[in-house]
Amino acid sequence: MAAADAQFPPPKVLTYPASAPPSLVTQGAEGRLYKTTHLLPDRPCALKYRPPKPYRHPVLDARLTKARISSEAKVLEKCWREGVPVPAVYAMDPAAGWMMMEWIDGIPVRAAINEWLGERPAELEERPVEVDDTPLVDLMKRIGTAVGALHRTGVVHGDLTTSNMMLRPRESGGQANGCNGDDGKAKALEGDVVLIDFGLATQSMSDEDRAVDLYVLERAFASTHPRAERLFGTVLGSYKDTFKKAASVLVKLEDVRMRGRKRSMLG
Amino acid sequence: MTLERLRLEHVPPPYEVYAALFRDVSNSEFLHAQLLSRNSDFEYAFVDASSVISRLHLLSAVYNALTVLVDGTLRTPNVHSEIVVSFNTNNNIADAYRRWGITPGKTKDLVVVKVVPSTTAQDSSATPTPTPTPIQTQTQTQEAIWAHLTEHIQGTPAPLTDDELSRVTDWPKVRKYYRLNGVPALERLADEGERRKQSERLAIMGMALRGL
Repeated sequence: MAAADAQFPPPKVLTYPASAPPSLVTQGAEGRLYKTTHLLPDRPCALKYRPPKPYRHPVLDARLTKARISSEAKVLEKCWREGVPVPAVYAMDPAAGWMMMEWIDGIPVRAAINEWLGERPAELEERPVEVDDTPLVDLMKRIGTAVGALHRTGVVHGDLTTSNMMLRPRESGGQANGCNGDDGKAKALEGDVVLIDFGLATQSMSDEDRAVDLYVLERAFASTHPRAERLFGTVLGSYKDTFKKAASVLVKLEDVRMRGRKRSMLG
Repeated sequence: MTLERLRLEHVPPPYEVYAALFRDVSNSEFLHAQLLSRNSDFEYAFVDASSVISRLHLLSAVYNALTVLVDGTLRTPNVHSEIVVSFNTNNNIADAYRRWGITPGKTKDLVVVKVVPSTTAQDSSATPTPTPTPIQTQTQTQEAIWAHLTEHIQGTPAPLTDDELSRVTDWPKVRKYYRLNGVPALERLADEGERRKQSERLAIMGMALRGL
């Protein structure tokens, strides 16, 4: 632990006393995510920290870090106001490179889908018609609705994958009484879809950018859940129901599929 | 004594935060005058309780002000005025004083916050070993602050609870200050309690994004 600390020193704010030590949840290319607390011991939060990059000029580094944290926070606030399911911002210090957000309970959609698909006996794979896909189809609909709401708000996520969506269990105590068998399995896909990680998000109303968002999600499905890929149409269906201007985006999606994510061939 | 010591997560050990609530305050003119004359005996954050939603809302403002203090980037004379300014969603200081500060003749219910360097404060070069504040000195500080407050504030001390705060919150005002009217995420909530909870969330978010 001490070695890890030396390698990845936590932001200064996390060195101040708290009821429990912060834990490093994940490490990305640009930043790190800690689980810690905001104000009170029983108020969990996610702290996103963008450490200084030693290879950048300090002045440029400070400016980039500040701009990126600020823009992520602004996008989250805009989405939250409009009712898009995203974590709320609790506190931030853009100059120091950190932002505290609401902690979203549950597991990533990726894990939930894979768990659900993985549990099914292999023999059923050959006769997919007979498998009851209702819970999965239902989840796909909720994904489409969330993405539709996001695009309606004028925000493009930039890295839409099933890893960047959480499946938050609903608060109701509905599962108090022993649910068993299939019921329990179906419950694995229950909950609200919450979009996370807006580090690459931009405010955009262009069909092109929205189509690329959908394309990235489609490709993510193809690579992480090949067995769920055939249900991607359901995602697009509910996307269309939620977002009025979806039709032209879906036309654009055809173009993007033909040529890939990059419009120009320059990079 | 209803002066409470607030314990916040991730606050550097050299600071202790105390807070209290007074109802039916009758000498807001006097208290306001002390702030205007920069009377150093009155280094408190006087917050109009009708602009405060909840404890969490108050704690957020205190925490944001402490972050600025530790950072050394205060935009106002001291951490106490910074607490008042922290409630605002923009950088207009005069505006923040008017909305969340004490207003002569108008402020009836008052939240008082006092930040003091810890009685065990060591210089920052010392190793940050968790040395608990000796009970003796802490109690003395607390008692001294309380004595001073009760001597000068003409009002009824009340426990600083969510329940008590919610009784004095002026919602139309708060909704205006935090631009909570016509927000889609709030409009669709049918339950009043739930709407208040989410309003608090959006207010805290607005404060975090101050000036952006």
